[in-house]
Amino acid sequence: MATIESALLDIGGFDILAAQDTAVHRRDPRAKVLTALAFILTVVSYDKYDLSGLIPLFVYPVALMAVGNLPPGYLLGKLLFASPFALIIGIFNPLLDRSTVLQVGPVLISGGWVSYASILLRFSLTLSAALILVSTTGFNSVCLALERMKAPKSLTVQFMLLYRYIFVLASEASRMYKAWTLRSAMHKRMPMRIFVSLVGQLLLRALERAQRIHMAMLSRGFDGEIHRLRPLQFGKTDLCFVLGWCSFFLLARGLNLPQMLGEAVIGIMQ
Amino acid sequence: MHMADALVSPAVGGTMWAVTGGLIAFSARHLKAELDERKVPLMGVLGAFIFSAQMINFSIPGTGSSGHLGGGMILSILLGPHAAFLTIASVVTVQALFFADGGLLALGCNIFNMGFFPCFIAYPFIYKKVVGAHATQGRILTGAILSALFGLQLGAFSVVLETRCSHVSELPFSLFVVLMQPIHLAIGFVEGLVTSAVVTTVWKARPELIDTVASGQPMGSFPTKKLVVGLALVTLLTGGVFSWFASSHPDGLEWAMLHTSGKEAIDGPADSAHDAAGKIQEKTAILPDYEFKTGTGGEESEELFGTSVAGLAGAVITLVLVGVTGLVLRARVDRKPKP
Repeated sequence: MATIESALLDIGGFDILAAQDTAVHRRDPRAKVLTALAFILTVVSYDKYDLSGLIPLFVYPVALMAVGNLPPGYLLGKLLFASPFALIIGIFNPLLDRSTVLQVGPVLISGGWVSYASILLRFSLTLSAALILVSTTGFNSVCLALERMKAPKSLTVQFMLLYRYIFVLASEASRMYKAWTLRSAMHKRMPMRIFVSLVGQLLLRALERAQRIHMAMLSRGFDGEIHRLRPLQFGKTDLCFVLGWCSFFLLARGLNLPQMLGEAVIGIMQ
Repeated sequence: MHMADALVSPAVGGTMWAVTGGLIAFSARHLKAELDERKVPLMGVLGAFIFSAQMINFSIPGTGSSGHLGGGMILSILLGPHAAFLTIASVVTVQALFFADGGLLALGCNIFNMGFFPCFIAYPFIYKKVVGAHATQGRILTGAILSALFGLQLGAFSVVLETRCSHVSELPFSLFVVLMQPIHLAIGFVEGLVTSAVVTTVWKARPELIDTVASGQPMGSFPTKKLVVGLALVTLLTGGVFSWFASSHPDGLEWAMLHTSGKEAIDGPADSAHDAAGKIQEKTAILPDYEFKTGTGGEESEELFGTSVAGLAGAVITLVLVGVTGLVLRARVDRKPKP
């Protein structure tokens, strides 16, 4: 099936993006994780009818994409296909909240549409922050950052192994699926009976593989820790990165910059 | 069942992060104490397995639709609850980071909804009770279906509660419940069927794998009481702290209120649960905080109109400025010689 292969391509694509060497990629992973979390907290702390106040926050994804040399179209495409849940649940807002809050010429805009637009803005801001984090940092470095930030070791080591074996097992699954597709032109979708035996086989192979891997790791002296060749270093630039962005988030949160700008422009025009 | 960041308020997201973080620490410590850390490579590989299996769709018999595996129960049965919870946490995190399923703030909610209920409720209290020490095919089938049904119902209800407490969506509580619960009843049934069939396949080929987990975690040593008390404390504490910080926001308070009323409902008769749910619904349905001036004319509406035009104009200008910043930064980066 196409989606396994495309999913693998997607994950691999992130690795290629993360392997670049730009000013953003060189920052310590901890700095990027902390900034992304601060950004997301800022975004969701806005009032649900706030639209204009959210706009300055787009500086963060746009600047990181530009400096980090990330293809905007690629990330935008991912956003569009992601999580229809928010779009579906949010669509009830315009239906249920019909009080007018905004008037542009003859058009009356209800609170529901404003809050729906606000949901969509937040959705794209927070998700792009997460996507930018992995594509400028790489999954393994995010795991190392988490470990340094005192996440349990069994979780982080497991994360790295999971990430490593997604490629192995997903390509195995896609080969099995392809084999079935080639032999069953009559079926559009896999019947449950066949799905179960296919997945059962995959699981048995995965279990055997896990045992082999574990023995191989033990014989090479694995002690529950994954060591890194270059130690992480949290330097002055990293501190400036975190503090600079956080103060910008606070500024944007505290003052409605577009509102002030708009008032100034209208004042000058009058 | 993935919740999105945009629908979660910081109070709810933060509280669920704290709860999930506590559960992860609890599970990791348990693995260490039981010397089960050698399970870590197995967990990684099984996580990758669940991830791959979720991408294969199958047709659900009797309907035209297709479904995919959730996997929470399979992991619990193969790994035991603690290791399974950590594995689910990592699968959900990978989905959030690479496929933008859910998001970082909602990650706590998502791990809790998809991990806590199958691993710490459905597995020990339903599956283990039904299957017992000596598995048979029939017992595995019954246990898997019942526990998947129950786990998914609780997970879906938890999604509804978290969304409601976040106050971002206007969807009324009752409508959301009616949308979520029945569909997850069907999903749970199919999930149970698939789980039992996959587990039976493994059990027939490698019975020792299933029996070791079953005997390795005797129910007596499962510190459920401690876990529940700890969870309740963490929830109340973080909920309280967040609601104190965001006192102008109604979310935190209502979140805390919900938890107190939820607790009463467990002790009391079924009626009080109904009343509590009714009260919450009543309270949220009217939305007392968001009153709008729908009247026309008057200075106030003109003023409101003035600010919204300024806001709109400013927003457009800011958006253009942001775009220009991006272009300038990109141009500067491009000019630098590539290493």
